[in-house]
Parts: sequence; C-alpha cells; structure tokens
Amino acid sequence: MRSILKIVLQRLGLGLVTLFVVSIVIFVAVNSLPGDFAEAILGQGATPESVATIRRDLGLDQPLVVRYFDWLKGMLTFDLGTSFAQLNFANFGGAGSVTVAEQIAPRLSNTMFLATVTACIAVPLAVFLGILAALYRNTAFDKAANMFTLSSISSPEFFMAYVLILFLAVLNPVFPSLSNIFEGMPFGERLEKSMLPALTLTLVVTAHMMRMTRAAIINLLASPYIEMARLKGLSPMRVIVKHALPNALAPIINVVALNLAYLITGVVVVEVVFVYPGIGQLFVDSVKIRDIPVVQACCLIFAAAYILLNLTADILSIVSNPRLRHPK
Amino acid sequence: MSNLLTIKGLKIEGRSDETWNPIINGVDLTLKKGEVLGLIGESGAGKSTIGLAAMGYTRDGVRISEGTVEFDGIDLVKASAAVKRGLLGKRIAYVAQSAAASFNPAHKLMDQHTEGPVQHGVDSRAASTEDGIELYRKLRLPNPDQIGFRYPHQVSGGQLQRAMTAMAMSCRPDLIIFDEPTTALDVTTQIEVLASIREIVEEFDTAAIYITHDLAVVAQMADNIKVLLRGDEVEEADTRTMLSDPKEDYTKSLWAVREFQRPAKPAVPEGSVPVVSVRGITAAYGKTDVLHDVSFDIHAGRTVAVVGESGSGKSTAARCITGLLPPRMGEIAFDGEVLPADYRKRTKDQLRQAQMIYQMADTALNPRKTIGQIIGRPVQFYGGLTGAKRRKRVNELLDQIELEPSQYYNRLPSELSGGQKQRIGIARALAAEPKFIICDEVTSALDQLVAEGILRLLADLQDNLGLSYMFITHDLATVKSIADEVVVMKEGKVIEQGEKTDMFTPPHHAYTDLLLSSVPEMDPDWLTNLLEERGVDNIGDAAVDKM
Repeated sequence: MRSILKIVLQRLGLGLVTLFVVSIVIFVAVNSLPGDFAEAILGQGATPESVATIRRDLGLDQPLVVRYFDWLKGMLTFDLGTSFAQLNFANFGGAGSVTVAEQIAPRLSNTMFLATVTACIAVPLAVFLGILAALYRNTAFDKAANMFTLSSISSPEFFMAYVLILFLAVLNPVFPSLSNIFEGMPFGERLEKSMLPALTLTLVVTAHMMRMTRAAIINLLASPYIEMARLKGLSPMRVIVKHALPNALAPIINVVALNLAYLITGVVVVEVVFVYPGIGQLFVDSVKIRDIPVVQACCLIFAAAYILLNLTADILSIVSNPRLRHPK
Repeated sequence: MSNLLTIKGLKIEGRSDETWNPIINGVDLTLKKGEVLGLIGESGAGKSTIGLAAMGYTRDGVRISEGTVEFDGIDLVKASAAVKRGLLGKRIAYVAQSAAASFNPAHKLMDQHTEGPVQHGVDSRAASTEDGIELYRKLRLPNPDQIGFRYPHQVSGGQLQRAMTAMAMSCRPDLIIFDEPTTALDVTTQIEVLASIREIVEEFDTAAIYITHDLAVVAQMADNIKVLLRGDEVEEADTRTMLSDPKEDYTKSLWAVREFQRPAKPAVPEGSVPVVSVRGITAAYGKTDVLHDVSFDIHAGRTVAVVGESGSGKSTAARCITGLLPPRMGEIAFDGEVLPADYRKRTKDQLRQAQMIYQMADTALNPRKTIGQIIGRPVQFYGGLTGAKRRKRVNELLDQIELEPSQYYNRLPSELSGGQKQRIGIARALAAEPKFIICDEVTSALDQLVAEGILRLLADLQDNLGLSYMFITHDLATVKSIADEVVVMKEGKVIEQGEKTDMFTPPHHAYTDLLLSSVPEMDPDWLTNLLEERGVDNIGDAAVDKM
C-alpha cells in the first residue's frame, strides 16, 4: 500500500510540473496570436493614441515575462482575471466588470453535466459491447458492432447530430432539438434537453472504447491462464468476464480517460448544433475577439482536465494490478 | 475392468500457411482407472497435443481430423461444447507446465481453487475452501491455512505447482493430465512436487497421463510408458520393461544420451597461470549484493562448470567476467593481467578473448540477418577480414560446427532447428578466436539427443582449439558429462569447488550432497528410496531451508 501511495504522489508531482510547462506554452502561444484586443475592439477608430491607452489600461504594454508571472500569480490564487470583452472602461476593474471566473463557471458546469451524462451512457455501453464482441469474435455480431461504431466515429459530428435530430426530434418527437439549458432548470428537464447532444457524443466516443475493450480481452485469450480457465470447464462468458477482463483493465481505463477528456475539451461542434451553452462555444467566441484572459483560462482548464483524467487513469491501472496492490 | 479413457486412431492437424499439416498420425491409447501413463518424447513429438486431445480440447489452429477419444463412454471428439464443459474440471483436470503463467494473476489461489467445484455444483464455496486447505496440507505446502489467500505472484514456483495440483484435485476428477509439471523447477523443488503428485494420485486412485521429456522423472511416476516421435507411437510397455529392455532403436538412443562422458584430463601443472581468474568479486544490482566474495580460476583447455539453482548468482558471475556488470569489489584477470571492470574500458583484444553462448539461441540471433551475416560480423569486427576472405573464414567456421556452408550461408535463423541455431551461436563465439567461452545454460532449452550433439561438439572444439569453458548450468547430468572442475554456488556464494571426480565422490558439502541426490535416476524405485532415506518432511526446499 505504501508503494502505491508513493507512485500516486510521484504522478501528482509530475502532473503539476506538466501543468506548469503547459501554462508557459499557453501563455506564449495565446500572446503570439496575430492581432490585438485593442485594435480589434476599436476597429475603424483605432488611432495610435487610443490603442496605446487601452493597452496601458490592460497592462498589455508590460514585457511578456512580467505579464506571465502576474497571470500565474492570479491563477495560483484562483483569480482568473477580468474578461476584456465585458470590461467597463469607464470604471475599470470596478462595478460592471465581469471576471473570467464568473463567465466560465456556468459554462464549465454545463459542459461537465453533458460529459457526465454522456459518460454514464457511453462507458457501460462500450465495455458491454466490447465484451460481447470478444465473446462472439469473428461472428456476424462482432462485425456488425464494429461496422456500426466505426461508421459512427468516421462521420462528422454535425452529421450524426442532424441524423439524430431528424429521427428523434423531427420524425418522432422524443427529445427537443434545442438544448438551451439555463441556470436553475430542474434536473429532469435539463436531462431531457441534454439528451440529443449526449447521444451524439456517445456515438462519437463509443467506438474507441469498445474496440479497445475487445482488443485487450482478445489479446489475453491466448494466455495459459485463460486456457486453464477453459480446461476447468467454465462457460465462455465467465472465462471472459472473470478471467480476461480483470487483467485487461489497464488499457481500457486509459482509453476511457482519453475519451472523457475529449468530452470536456472537444465538443464545440455539438454545442453549436444544439445551441448548448458549454465551455467550447465560449472558448471559440473568446478567440474570435482576442479576449486573452478567457482564452488562457479555458486552455488551462482543458490542460488540467487532461492531466487529471490521465492521472486518474494511471492510478486506477496501477490499483488494478494485484502485484502492486499486494506486494510480496 | 473397463477402460476409463480409450483413444483410437487419433489424427490431429495443425494449420500453417493456409494448409492443414498432420501433427499426430493415428495414435491409440488406453487408460484404466487409477493407472498412470507416461508420455515421453522430444519437443514436437506431439505429447501436449495428445494430452489436450484427451480432454477433447485443441488449441487455436489445431483440429482433430480423425479418430475417437472416448472418456467413460462419451466420445469427446463428437460431444457438444456444453457436454465437454460438464466434464472438464469436474471429471478430467489439467495441470500445466508453468503454474506461474497458468494461475490468473488477478485472483487469489483459493478463489481459483473453489471456482471449479462451485461452478460445477459439486461443492459449496465454504466446503471447497475447507477441502482446499486440507489438500494444501496433504501436498505439504507451508502454512496451508493461509497460503490459499495469497495472490499467485506472492507464492514460489514449486509451491504454485503444488497448489495447481490441488486445484486439479478440487472436484476429485477421475483423470488428470500432467503436462510437464516439473520441467521449469529446480531439482530440489522438483522432488517435492513429484513426491506430492505421486502421493495424492495414489491416495485418490486418480488415473493420470504424465507428459514429460525427462525419462528419469517418468520412471518415478508412471505405471506404463509410451514413447512418441514426431506424432507417431514408437512403443509402449510397462515402466520396468521399458527401462531395462527397450525394443526400438529410437528408444535405445534416448536412453543412451545419459551415458556420454568425457575422459578425465590430466591435472593442471603446478604454477601455471589461469586463463581467467575471478578474484573475490562482490557485485550488486542496485543496493542489494547478489554476489559475495566469489573466487575461482579457469585454466587453459579446461571446463569449469558453475552449478546452482536459479537465483544462485551463476549468470551474474558471467556478467561480471564479461564486464557487463562491473563488480563492486574484487577483480577479473585474463592470463594474469587484471582487466578494467567495465567492458567499455577494455581494448578490442581483451574483448575478443572472452565470448558468450546464450541459453536461448532463438532470441540471441538477429532474426533479420542471414547466417553469413551473423557469423561474418565478428569475423570482420575482430579479425578485420572483408570480402572473399571474410566469406572463406565464415565457411571454415560453418565446417567446424558441422553445418554445410553452401546450404546454410544464406539462410535466416527461422529456417534452422533449435540445435542448429545453437551451433550458429557457437560459430559466432568462435569467430572472434577467443581463448575462453562462457556457455550460459546452452543445452537447457534443447532436447536430450540434440543437447548431447552440442556437448560433443563443444568437447571436440576444446580438444582442437584448446578453449577454456565456463559452463553455467543447473543440470548435474551435463556437469557429469563435460566438466573438469565444478563450482557450486548458492545465494551468491561459492559453497564448494574442486575437481569433478572429487565433487562426485563423497563426502561433499551438505548442499552439494542435496543437489546431487536430488537428480532423478532411471531407477523406478529411486524416488521411493530417497523419500525413505530423507524422511517425508525433509525433502526439497524444506531440506534447503534447514541448512
């Protein structure tokens, strides 16, 4: 048990180092985007004087290194800064200004909600299908499952979204086609409104997880202990679920984590199609108007989500290995 | 009395390159209740395939094409999967070669033990657990009350093998297939497992098919012996007849392998400088010392066998000599000259002097290079020969290892048999024109007849070229046939060393004695006598632990 704790702490430390490096990359990358907030907002009326004034007010005239450490200090104290786009220039930083945190928080929680709903459908479905595909490998079922999940992952997300809208909203009005959820909406209604985007995303992420589950299990079927299980006269289902699956967990967990990370960070298209107010849309909008504090904060949240999920996957894979759980 | 198992005209085919090729060409076999049949033959003889077919099971890419396997009136070839599942584990059980690989690493031993009885509805989980503990006690596992609640990786190989025998017994089957159950074990551990298996099979009057390539082992275990060669039966007889009076030439040749013995060489002249001198080396992996103050000399034209169980430090000593693992203390001298500890600091000529031949010729040869390239590389690197000269030298080397150059020069390792691959390994070592060769378990992966050929070749090369060998092995029969001197190692220390003739005549160090007396002999009464001599609780590991 002690060694696991040590490994977890090590990974956690490494995760923090990675996050620090990523923060530098984000900052440098965002700040080397062409164009400039002051010029973008002033448009036609951008005289050199007014641009300089706004840049000075926002601290954009400071050297990059100074700005980076200011930003980092803010991040460490959970002060994500003030959104440029919502600034009240008459009363800078005071009443009327919206902080980045205020802007991101509701969007992030919406995204998390959608990701959770999707994961609750997709992960059990993928693992179950993967087990069945391994059990009935090379049969018609296996091929059909493979073909269906592969074609759903190969089609563009918006296409799958429109297909679902057509069948589940237009032809058979089961779910609403617009997911305009808002704060304070009752859970049931919220769930109903999120159903179509969640199903679309399910179609997108299931293939990976299912195929990895199938491959990881089949990979083990040639092991001597699987042969032994068969020679004990166990049923094929028991051989796979009881003897192969526990040893195949590590790769499966890793693919699940990658797909969950995708659900948090990469769902802009689905959000746009269903008008779902998630963090993806906010991110894209902020890039358009060069709202640097929001872009940076989103990037950092995405990076943290990736690192955290991978870390969790690592830890779970380690814990799933009896050699580490029960040292000699 | 009717037969429990009757196999008639069994033909089995294996799939390779889209065609089905015969593996077993019509074998008959009968087994009565409580009878033990030994199946013996070299690798590729089809022993395991027959053993599995006796359970109505074939591996992927293998099929039963003809014949019947009748177990208690049921033809397992025609039976449905469900019928077979009802028999497997319950009435027919299997004990695999490597228990470490055949226990599921994710579950505790006891959970795997009780799985059969519970799934077959033979016994409740609680009752089966209790029975498991009882079986562990009968098989003399240490801590029988607790050992079942450990995971496989927490238990040693010999203990796992016994736990697997217990698992096979869990439903009290009528028939158990033992597939080389002691091949992967050290001699002292092997004895314990053999004794346990024999006892329990006798107690429950279980019939068994005992598959092995080791004659002496099968002599202890079986009532009858069937000899197989490339999928055909050579002959079958009861154990005593088979040992004393084999009919077929092939069987006789198998029996004769054990008789190869080199004549003793003259003693080393006083004051001569040894080719290799290992002086008080202590070496460590990480912070743990695995060698403690090891010293021995190897003289010109002589073979020093380094003997010990796995983990005794034999191979580590070899790594120190070659400079792969610089020792923490002590030094290595060649012809009286002390060498740098790290191979990277040695000159090309110093490197040339010591070559190695490996246990697994399969993995020691680059599968993508032809034989000509594999042997040509050291010829060029050490001898500086290129073009036609290099080719000529490679041909000479192939002649020396008795492989026709024109036939083998352009082949890939995958086109050679195991013994031929090992010969290429020898040629590659010779290419450097060394004085000294380390042979690391070079025959342990080979069948007895092939191994004997390799030993004879090494002996001839030594006579012709005056080579010195350090021969690492755990097989005392090999030591007997080829060594001049013996170094016995245990837990990283040299326990005893001296001339072979002295080592094989008493009195020895207690551990050497234990090793020597643990090597199975061809006498069917050997195990019985040994157990009587040592006492039931004082065999194998138990005896080692008491030292």
